Amino acid sequence: MEVGRKMANMLGTDHDLNFKETELCLGLPGGIAVVAAGNETESSSSPKTNGKRGFSETVDLKLNLQSKESTMDLNKNLDDNGSKEKSGSAKDPAKPPAKAQVVGWPPVRSYRKNIMANQKNSSEESGNSGAALVKVSMDGAPYLRKVDLKMYKSYQELSDALAKMFSSFTMGNYGPQGMIDFMNESKLMDLLNSSDYVPSYEDKDGDWMLVGDVPWQMFVDSCKRLRIMKGSEAIGL
Amino acid sequence: MPKRLAYSLSDEVLEHVFSFIQSDKDRNVVSAVCKSWYEIERWCRRKIFVGNCYAVSPKMVIRRFPQVRSIELKGKPHFADFNLVPDGWGGYVLPWITEMAGAYPWLDEIRLKRMVVTDESLELIAKSFKDFKVLVLASCEGFSTDGLAAIAASCKNLRELDLRESEVDDSSVHWLSHFPETYTSMVSLNISCLGSGEVSFSALERLVSRCPNLRSLKLNRAVPLDKTANILRLAPQLVEFSTCTYSAELRSDVFSNLAGAFSNCKELRSLSGFWDVVPDYLPAIYSVCSRLTSLNLSYATIHSPDLIKLVSHCPSLQRLLVLDYIEDSGLEALASNCKDLQELRVFPSDPFDVEPNASLTEQGLVAVSLGCPKLQSVLYFCRRMSNAALVTIAQNCPNLTRFRLCIIEPNTADYLTGEPFDVGFGAIVEHCKDLIRLSLSGLLTDCVFEYIGKYAKKLEMLSVAFAGDSDLGLHHVLSGCESLRKLEIRDCPFGDKALLTNAAKLETMRSLLMSSCSVSLEACKLLSQKMPRLNVEVIDERGPPDSRPKNCTVDKLYIYRSVAGPRFDMPPFVWTKDEDLALRLSP
Repeated sequence: MEVGRKMANMLGTDHDLNFKETELCLGLPGGIAVVAAGNETESSSSPKTNGKRGFSETVDLKLNLQSKESTMDLNKNLDDNGSKEKSGSAKDPAKPPAKAQVVGWPPVRSYRKNIMANQKNSSEESGNSGAALVKVSMDGAPYLRKVDLKMYKSYQELSDALAKMFSSFTMGNYGPQGMIDFMNESKLMDLLNSSDYVPSYEDKDGDWMLVGDVPWQMFVDSCKRLRIMKGSEAIGL
Repeated sequence: MPKRLAYSLSDEVLEHVFSFIQSDKDRNVVSAVCKSWYEIERWCRRKIFVGNCYAVSPKMVIRRFPQVRSIELKGKPHFADFNLVPDGWGGYVLPWITEMAGAYPWLDEIRLKRMVVTDESLELIAKSFKDFKVLVLASCEGFSTDGLAAIAASCKNLRELDLRESEVDDSSVHWLSHFPETYTSMVSLNISCLGSGEVSFSALERLVSRCPNLRSLKLNRAVPLDKTANILRLAPQLVEFSTCTYSAELRSDVFSNLAGAFSNCKELRSLSGFWDVVPDYLPAIYSVCSRLTSLNLSYATIHSPDLIKLVSHCPSLQRLLVLDYIEDSGLEALASNCKDLQELRVFPSDPFDVEPNASLTEQGLVAVSLGCPKLQSVLYFCRRMSNAALVTIAQNCPNLTRFRLCIIEPNTADYLTGEPFDVGFGAIVEHCKDLIRLSLSGLLTDCVFEYIGKYAKKLEMLSVAFAGDSDLGLHHVLSGCESLRKLEIRDCPFGDKALLTNAAKLETMRSLLMSSCSVSLEACKLLSQKMPRLNVEVIDERGPPDSRPKNCTVDKLYIYRSVAGPRFDMPPFVWTKDEDLALRLSP
């Protein structure tokens, strides 16, 4: 029966927002609700989104902490007037943490969310002049981010943005033309052997390359996704 | 004197007089004057509006109004748009269609919102109503292009087919081709929600070319640019049009073809669509801009400079829907160019991003409130706000009827003072005496509800999220807002006391939905027992509410008045009064 099938789909997903810690109700530890879909471009093309895909609750907690600690400023380049106010939220302990995502908030209709998600998808696929959004993953981080490569004009700018996004990350040193200084082999070996992280990217052919080898614009055109690997793992590149 | 007049007017005369009375409210008043007026009125009522499909049963409607031609039904509550009502909750239209198929052979208009419509329902409509003219399915789901094919094939006099924002399954049938070649009646067609596989261009072009009365055409995203120009040339009489996919690069031949096609459309007043638009193509529409009264750019990822250029060509604009890419600078341009603006909706381009990706603040809205004296309806998503701005807006726009503000982060305070927005929203309700719809956001205490209860006497719909301190907040609203019809609340510390104290109020409203608040099961049961004409539904997917400890609060609560009694199509996760509860506990 249709209702039963839909009921079965609901099982195994929790989306309760639970104020009372002592309740014995089913709910997530810490009482923070699970996020809704909308910024996941992997959300299925089926318009029947039930808003229950998304990050796990642990991710939400980490995101919360990170955003408080780092001056995460990915969109600094987009902000022309430079005066960005952080919303001053009075944190009431009984209310959910301000930056945790909750089901149905902000109140954007599923119809609209699906269209915006599809638009982002298609702009990536067709590679139009709009944006070059690529996923960025970092080994050990539980969630991925997205950057628009068109927002940056050099490896350094990208490096800065990624560094802020994943604060324990470093790109190492670049030579005068923004490429890795091959002349200094020892520097490179230090970099790769260190526990520092190294960015790699997947190009149009599906190969994983070390970031920094090619001119910036060529990199933007060929980069499909970014992966920040542990230096020791990058030896094979 | 009036008494003699009432006796001397014959039924036919009264019926003729009543035919000039269109509004439901007035009709209801007329029917309450005396028994004979009630009888005359019920036989000549042609249009019915049922705001909650479970408030009354189809049999009851048919019994009282035997000759209805047009019906409008609404199903799920508004919060269902934001995934706050689980799938399968209800809102099925089939029982209504089944009853009306027998009782209203001359029914020619069906308008549905947030209902579950199956192919079977559509096939039944196609089969049962010989003169069917208008089908509007707004935010509906459950049907496929098979059902549409049945409508297309059978409804010879169909004038309006509007599927706005519905979810349609693609059954791969070319349903548009099912309109026979003899069919020429289309006036309004909205298929903007359909996916790419579901529309055949040649069938579309043939349909458009043989329907001379076509006034409103809203196509889906998949129609490419050159086809758009063709279609416009076939229908230069269009008043409303939704444009289709814009291609990636600018081609001058395509551009001039498109520009030429638009320039033929002298009647065009409303444009929407603009998915995937590339700014270089926008000048193609400049020839119609001066006459445009409505512009929906809310799916267009174009940025402020291009938006400013476009808006400066549209001095007659009354309605603008746009993304926050317009930024404060764009809204300032809007305020200086579009003095007739009545409605503004600014949607978030990236609602889940922590940082704003567009420079849109409260300043934009303040500018519009200052520059557009006719502003009546506002929907505004932003990331910061101040009480000062809200007070200014309230003072600039005392004629506001709808004010919906969404400050994206819950519990955000006034960025200048760090205070809650009680004073700001208080100013809105105090100055805007005709306010009928209000949505709150940001940090709010019980104070704001005191203001709302005191001043918002015409308020009909209120949406509240992450606000208030105690039951007092809810009590202020329920006891003060005389015109309140719909109240939807989520994540607020409102509980039993306010609800039970104001139980009688709930019968004067259409519905109350509370999600993740502090209402106990006991209170729900008590309310259910005290108020037989209220349906009290506990929506809880976690399992039987009875099996939880006494102090546990219910997940969601939906209360609505009904003369139809309990409904029989409830899914397993909806719990109502005792008898039903006992049945559900067994698997």
